[in-house]
Amino acid sequence: MKFNKKDIISIRDFSKEEIVYLLDLAKKMENLSGKEKLLAGKVLATVFYEPSTRTRLSFETAMLKLGGTVTGFSDPNASSVAKGETLYDTMKMLDGYIDIIVLRHPIEGAARRAAETADVPVINGGDGANQHPTQTLLDLYTIVKSKGKLDGLKVAMVGDLKYGRTVHSLAAALSHFNVKLIFVAPLSLKMPDDLLGELTVSYIETDKLEDAMQADVVYMTRIQKERFPDPIDYEKVKGVYVLSEKILQNAKKGLKVMHPLPRVDEIATDVDSTENAIYFEQAKNGVTMRQALLALLLGRLK
Amino acid sequence: MNKDKKIKELSVSAIKEGTVIDHIPARHTFKVADILKLQDLENSVVIATNLKSTKLGMKGIIKTSGLFLDKKLLQKISLIAPKATVSKIKNYKAIEKTKLERPKLLNNIIKCVNPNCITNNEPMDTKFVVEKEKPLLVRCRYCERSSNELELL
Repeated sequence: MKFNKKDIISIRDFSKEEIVYLLDLAKKMENLSGKEKLLAGKVLATVFYEPSTRTRLSFETAMLKLGGTVTGFSDPNASSVAKGETLYDTMKMLDGYIDIIVLRHPIEGAARRAAETADVPVINGGDGANQHPTQTLLDLYTIVKSKGKLDGLKVAMVGDLKYGRTVHSLAAALSHFNVKLIFVAPLSLKMPDDLLGELTVSYIETDKLEDAMQADVVYMTRIQKERFPDPIDYEKVKGVYVLSEKILQNAKKGLKVMHPLPRVDEIATDVDSTENAIYFEQAKNGVTMRQALLALLLGRLK
Repeated sequence: MNKDKKIKELSVSAIKEGTVIDHIPARHTFKVADILKLQDLENSVVIATNLKSTKLGMKGIIKTSGLFLDKKLLQKISLIAPKATVSKIKNYKAIEKTKLERPKLLNNIIKCVNPNCITNNEPMDTKFVVEKEKPLLVRCRYCERSSNELELL
């Protein structure tokens, strides 16, 4: 297959074939890793209009591992943005001397705008509540790597399914495959109806964590305090799901636990040492996936 | 039936040059008037609504003298009145009759309802993709938020 996209902006942009292609590419990358300086002489700009240490470090590590260099900012207050420069102007400027851009921005649609403005490839590192496609790709890659497949799996998503951008994109991406989904959330945080309407796979909704134990993969999420308009609503649901070793004793054999991190209290630390836990491996896979994407968009890997 | 016919005759004869928009769903007649900013016009305007229509059940008609519609306005009207017909009147005669068509891609025709969308935070054009015709569902090309007919205009 020929991959024709210049940018990675939204998981919506990708066909099933393209997703499979990118997952295969990450596997290929894993086999090369460290041996070849594929991106020597290339410069990545991490342009972060809001802090996200995890995503930024993951991209920067990916670039450095491939022999490239990194520049950028993660505090827009210290840059010309604070002087009122438009995203358009910032992108036009960077376009002149950077080889590839990773953009993180609090405004939805900023990444698409940046990609239309810059000639060099743009990767969306998260645009407000909208998309974070590399997270979704690394999640899929982690599932494939640990279960050997996507088709035929039961995947449970637990926690904040209303505001959680990660689970929205993951559910949409999994819709390309023959999976069954289990959504575990309190009523006030259930998956929005318009997203459910877009799903093309079968799913069940429940508010019991125990129901997730029949799945092959359980994707835990943090309930984010900052998303709640009313703090009382947050108090009602905080700490509602805590996955522990004890609960996992009823798990289907080979069940794997994922989490985009950071976790607060939704996975007890006694889970870390079980064979079920793969969330730190998941973070590590993020570097591999991003290496693959950087090398692909810079024309050094097919 | 007679009554409707009378209104039609009256209003047509009132316009020497201008535009007649027929077959507007009655519930959207005043929204179309809004889009055309008829309240700012000084020329004569006739707005009729809740007229019986075999196609639409209830329809509205707007006749404006001295006003001709550009492509952008026609596209905007097509979002809420996809079956409307627009006639250009010169010398009391309809010289051109167009059936509205909804474009698949809306370039800078409507604003995004999401205040946190880049299109509402930077000087730029909006873009929407029509995802579903009935009921209308469009998606912002930037923030990817979908909007229905009621949210749009």
